Amino acid sequence: MTQLSPTSNGMLSNLNTLLSRYAESMMWLARYMERIENLARLIEVTEAFVRGPDGKTVWETIVQINSDEERFQALHPAATEQDYIQFYITDLANPSSIKGMANAVRENARSARPLISTEMWMHLNVFTRWVLDLDPSDIRRTGLSALCNRIKQECQTHTGVTEGTLYRDQAWLFYLLGRHLERSDQITRLIDTRYHTLLPCEEEVGSEIDTTQWASVLRSAAAYHAFRRLQPVTTTPANVVGFLLKNEGFPRSLALNLRQTDTVLAALSAHYNLRRQNYAIQERLSELRATLEDQTAEEIIIRGLHEYMHWIQNQIEAIQSEVAAAYWPPVERLHLSECHGEQ
Amino acid sequence: MFWKKQNCFVLFLLGKQGGIDRLINNRNDPAGYASYNRRVRKRGIQMKSNVLHSQAQEAGIFSAYHRPEFFCELMNRGEELPEALRQVQERLAHFDIKELRYRTANAETQLYRLGITFTVYTDREAIDRVLPFDVIPRVLTAEEWAFIERGVQQRVKAINMFLWDIYHDRKILQDGLIPADLVLKNANYCQAMVGVDVPGGVYVHINGTDLIRDRSGRFLVLEDNARTPSGVSYVIENRHMMLRLMPDLASGVPLRSVEDYGLRLHRALCDVAPEGVENPQVVLLSPGIYNSAYFEHVFLAREMGVPLVEGRDLLVENHHVYMRTVAGLRPVHSIYRRIDDAFLDPLAFNPESLLGVPGLVEAYRRGNVTIANALGTGVADDKAVYAYMPRIIKYYLNEEPILGSVETHICAEPEGLAFTLANLERLVVKPVGESGGYGLLIGPHATESELEDFRQRLQDNPSNYISQPVIDLSVSPTLCDAGVEARHVDLRPFALTGKSTWVLPGGLSRVALRKGSLVVNSSQGGGSKDTWVMSV
Repeated sequence: MTQLSPTSNGMLSNLNTLLSRYAESMMWLARYMERIENLARLIEVTEAFVRGPDGKTVWETIVQINSDEERFQALHPAATEQDYIQFYITDLANPSSIKGMANAVRENARSARPLISTEMWMHLNVFTRWVLDLDPSDIRRTGLSALCNRIKQECQTHTGVTEGTLYRDQAWLFYLLGRHLERSDQITRLIDTRYHTLLPCEEEVGSEIDTTQWASVLRSAAAYHAFRRLQPVTTTPANVVGFLLKNEGFPRSLALNLRQTDTVLAALSAHYNLRRQNYAIQERLSELRATLEDQTAEEIIIRGLHEYMHWIQNQIEAIQSEVAAAYWPPVERLHLSECHGEQ
Repeated sequence: MFWKKQNCFVLFLLGKQGGIDRLINNRNDPAGYASYNRRVRKRGIQMKSNVLHSQAQEAGIFSAYHRPEFFCELMNRGEELPEALRQVQERLAHFDIKELRYRTANAETQLYRLGITFTVYTDREAIDRVLPFDVIPRVLTAEEWAFIERGVQQRVKAINMFLWDIYHDRKILQDGLIPADLVLKNANYCQAMVGVDVPGGVYVHINGTDLIRDRSGRFLVLEDNARTPSGVSYVIENRHMMLRLMPDLASGVPLRSVEDYGLRLHRALCDVAPEGVENPQVVLLSPGIYNSAYFEHVFLAREMGVPLVEGRDLLVENHHVYMRTVAGLRPVHSIYRRIDDAFLDPLAFNPESLLGVPGLVEAYRRGNVTIANALGTGVADDKAVYAYMPRIIKYYLNEEPILGSVETHICAEPEGLAFTLANLERLVVKPVGESGGYGLLIGPHATESELEDFRQRLQDNPSNYISQPVIDLSVSPTLCDAGVEARHVDLRPFALTGKSTWVLPGGLSRVALRKGSLVVNSSQGGGSKDTWVMSV
């Protein structure tokens, strides 16, 4: 991947000057933008396709994916559809709402503004301002689906602008680290939540079931058409789970994102002399990837899909903490011995 | 911050009052000006509202322009318009006013999208505001610029020598040129700086000089900004905006470029890095994303290609400064700080400050890091010290000041007091103490009892006051709701000092958008213009 290598323009003395705070902001900027895109897609798909036995939209799924059960329940004991939508789109007090995340994006973008391209900043500036000004009447006027589509497209525009304009140095690598970790996390949450709503009993693993519902799982990950191309005949839970977890060509699959995380870490080690900082993180990641490669989807399901997804989420969280400890440690853990520059 | 100028200098418009010329030519005016200023003064007196107008002036967007009595930068200079300006004026005249409005609206949208904004905080939210941009440039001739440049360089040199002196031998105080209390008891006098040898003797690396022009077109210094002057990003962004919006106006005009400010700033900061450091690491220290001038901090860090750091990114160990990077601690040598003295270091000053870096001042005192501007420079741009600036220049440089000051009467001196008392109804009287809460007296607008009250105060405590005449600020054609009208402007050139002093050709031209207003602050209806300095 040529885009991961540093440019060789002789500016070696500047190679290791990325501020810790910038690295942190770049990583979170990417994570929040991914999260917004995922949530917008999930809301849109849920409204259209996720139905319970009574034919009603099952909004609880979104609450479960975000692990917001307690908080949401306390705020809205008898929740209506409006409550769900507002909680996840316009409620600024909810940090996992689109507005709450747009706010976080804005702060991180402002923080990293000296580094990101003007085009990136301009787009984020306008986008986040627009989201922060949204109110429930806008949702009613525009329609939920159209609004979610716009949000999704803005996120994808961001991804494109970033790909096309952000300078390829450490800041870019930390940005990628955030993107791939977030995608890994999102896909496991989606599978975990939906699998257990749709298939509470393990006996039915191989059987063909409600195709519409499984298609909605795929749509929630923007995976439907890719899956169709690959699996034209059968839609079994194992096929779907296998595709989302193990497919190496699908941009949101767990396997692909873990591999890309690994590539990014390798680039930091090789080109920026950060091998020592990366050691523990790479160890953990290798183990994680090995467990995924060594099992088929059927084995994963039989051994306990929920437990495995839960374990992976913990590992991703641990990687995030290790990245933080290695690259933006609290002040009291810094020592002069770590100073790499000459006086 | 330039949009929150604390000491709002009062310049009231008196209209057709007599006596102003007499006031301008008063005793504190240094006698020997550069030839430029002499010439300007000669013609100034005869300036009338309808001098000279070519065919172009009557045409197009200027057809309804009401030429005021004031010196107008583009329409009424009291002499034949210089060729460079005539060309610009003619081109402008042919624009359609609707087209200009369309382009103006476009400019504001772009500024907003680009985030070239300052942030105003209310209790509930943060509002990003755009500094209104006027599409009609303010033009300075090569000759005018050469004059300003020399004047600013002279002033910066004197300020640096003055600061060195008051933090070392204090000769100027011993010689009685300026009252010792005014300096040593000044709120901005910094004890920690006494005896510190700053690299190259430079205290003020970045200086902003606020200039105005009187009705004869003479440049006067309104005040010095020797702490953390802001606004330079607008100079450069205004130019970019101008070239995008009005390429047809700027095309082929011999304009001096404003592009290399960032490089020059970086070079100046490297010049003054601690001795023996080969590739100095420069950083810009900002209070952070919530600061209203954060855009400018980002702009300057990017232009210099250096990290923008906050206090929490820096750390002092063994009296050396380091920044926290992904590869560990890296040494820092020169800091361009955009944080006030009081917040720089909780160990040295305000212990509550979370913006600063503990131990920074001691590292600086030991010469391990350079801070720009130095600490304690606020004495030099103090309102009372301003009154002494012509004498300060003469004392250190043995030269007459090139740039005039607004004539200031120091009431601590018997002569100044007598003059002030005798002409109270024509003067602005200001308290010099740092607590400006006393308020000012604006003679022409005051009632008889207010005048009487001030007479008493002046006699009770004369050293607390200075007085100044009321100045007729120059105007510049500006696009307003009713068409192109005359609006008052000022000018802030920026000077950088490392091994030598360089002045950015141009400066921030602020314009008071409200009719008749002399207040150029953005919070009170101020905007800005692109400032064109002609190369020939």
